[in-house]
Amino acid sequence: MEKINYRELGCESPRFWTGMGVMAFLILLALVSVYHMEHNGHYVTGMTNQIVWGLPHVFAIFLIVAASGALNVASIGSVFGGPMYKPLGRFSSILAIALLAGGLMVLVLDLGRPDRLIIAMTKYNFKSIFAWNIYLYTGFFVIVGFYLWAMIDRKGKALYRPLGITAFLWRLALTTGTGSIFGFLVAREAYDAAIMAPMFIIMSFSYGLAFFIITLMAAYWWDDRKIGDVRIAKLRNLLGVFVAAVLYFATVYHLSNLYITQHHGIENFILLEGGVYTKMFWIGQVLIGGVIPLFLIYSPAFSASRFAVMAASVLVLVGGFFQIYVIVIGGQAFPMTLFPGKEVVESSFFDGMVNSYVPTLPEAMLGFGGVVVAMTIVAVAARMFPMLPDSLEDPDSI
Amino acid sequence: MSNRKQQPDMKRREFLTKSVIAASTATIAPGVLLTTADANAATKAASSNTRWGMLIYTNKCADGCSSCVSACEKENGIDLVKKPEGHSDAMWDEQRPQWIRKVKLKDTQTGMVSNLPLMCQHCEEAPCVDVCPTGASFKRADGIVMVDRHICIGCRYCMMACPYKARSFIHADVAEQVVESPRGKGCVEACNLCANRLDAGDGNTACAEACSKEGHNAIVFGDLKDPNSAVSKVLKQSHSRQLREDLKLNTAVRYTNV
Repeated sequence: MEKINYRELGCESPRFWTGMGVMAFLILLALVSVYHMEHNGHYVTGMTNQIVWGLPHVFAIFLIVAASGALNVASIGSVFGGPMYKPLGRFSSILAIALLAGGLMVLVLDLGRPDRLIIAMTKYNFKSIFAWNIYLYTGFFVIVGFYLWAMIDRKGKALYRPLGITAFLWRLALTTGTGSIFGFLVAREAYDAAIMAPMFIIMSFSYGLAFFIITLMAAYWWDDRKIGDVRIAKLRNLLGVFVAAVLYFATVYHLSNLYITQHHGIENFILLEGGVYTKMFWIGQVLIGGVIPLFLIYSPAFSASRFAVMAASVLVLVGGFFQIYVIVIGGQAFPMTLFPGKEVVESSFFDGMVNSYVPTLPEAMLGFGGVVVAMTIVAVAARMFPMLPDSLEDPDSI
Repeated sequence: MSNRKQQPDMKRREFLTKSVIAASTATIAPGVLLTTADANAATKAASSNTRWGMLIYTNKCADGCSSCVSACEKENGIDLVKKPEGHSDAMWDEQRPQWIRKVKLKDTQTGMVSNLPLMCQHCEEAPCVDVCPTGASFKRADGIVMVDRHICIGCRYCMMACPYKARSFIHADVAEQVVESPRGKGCVEACNLCANRLDAGDGNTACAEACSKEGHNAIVFGDLKDPNSAVSKVLKQSHSRQLREDLKLNTAVRYTNV
């Protein structure tokens, strides 16, 4: 096999620093939003006692889910012995770390008391999946950090495979934990389903790979490096399988709910009469995030088009965002059944009513700030460390 | 270099040692003392020989009466939580804390109408306690489920988990509050069965008291573990049920005619 040379991402300083400047400005906007929300309290957001998790949670969960999926490319290279993926391992790892950091930033800064983070780090209730997640998230940073080191430093060569396997198992546990945040909520009809955990894992495969393809192609375009057609085709096909699998899991989730009479209300809400949530489900999640990307990936008309791969990846992310929005916000908007067989005539606490939620600008800026933080970490790391191979031209013998 | 200088400076060493001991004592001692004090108070106040709970006669709960809600708001200073200036009424209505609320129901088959107060049901197997990452949401020995507001980080996972929507998040700064029920922006709170009253030896909650004062007597409060308590006696005689019985949470609040 040909020797692979890794090199820092090259580009002229003014261009790099302008990019950094724009990102720093967006991060500053996110921090101003946090100050606004924390100084005044959450009343300045669209969140209420009915919709307790809002747009920041959608961004945070989206990024955390994508983070574990972004590591997949490295795992395929080291755990499953895919030679075409191996050179991409370093970039895959740093992207995973960056996305997780961005997601956690949003999650923490949306707490009612982010100043008490130290309490979350020192006091644990081990029956809470949230408490487990704190370990799973910090462990992910440490393990993937070592994994990255083993990929870069010759001294770590012996540990490369064991660390790769550990990281792979850890990322599965991490996404199981994230999915279980919802799976363990017994009271809400939209959640309380064991399928949540594996569904989140498959969602992570899809979103993570989409993030990976976008950032990889952008980096190679930026530095005028080459990616071979076979490599692109492999990534494209893999994305196709993942997108189809996400659709499959969504179908099974809704079909099993439709079988259970008790869950007909929530299904009717999401699939038919939920207004904005129904539109987000059919147009956002299914059409934009599923059907169109599959068409772009598998249609012979686009088989040689790199633009189609890029567009499909972007659409997978847009659709994925809608999917998480429907799960997090849609699941809360639908009223809990407190009194089966009864209709709530009056309540000062909006019992039995569909809850409304209109996100505010600060929430959106905080959430988007998480994406920008992730991209900044990737850009700085790729610029300073040899993360990406000089060339990803197809090897002579495949 | 002289010999003398090679000798360790004992005075300096002694000074450093003593400083470290003093600093450690100053850091640890208050914690130890506070913990001890806390533990004593807790064992005196809450015992597992007691389980506080209530029975609510929905047929006695009067339509249009909200004296339990007003009494709770006064007792726990909820009426002191003011809407931030310039904020919309509609939005604040969804954001202001409510520990107890009146709900009016109509049976979809028979059309029978019933009224009832709804608050934290003080579950034996409380989902809010299970999901809380820091243990801020906890159950006392006497069955009262409450929030330790010193360690609540405001993640709102308990609000997602509560089957009764019994919890409120404090969305804005609180200017005034009552001593018995301190609160702060960014934490979650809910009905604590007037724990402050119970700990002081008053065996009744503000809502039950107010309901009796109105002459409705729809709320009977007391110790579920004491067979001679009023609540145990009426529970033995009435057909009562738990809300969301299917979840098997063994709530301390029971209802008749629901």
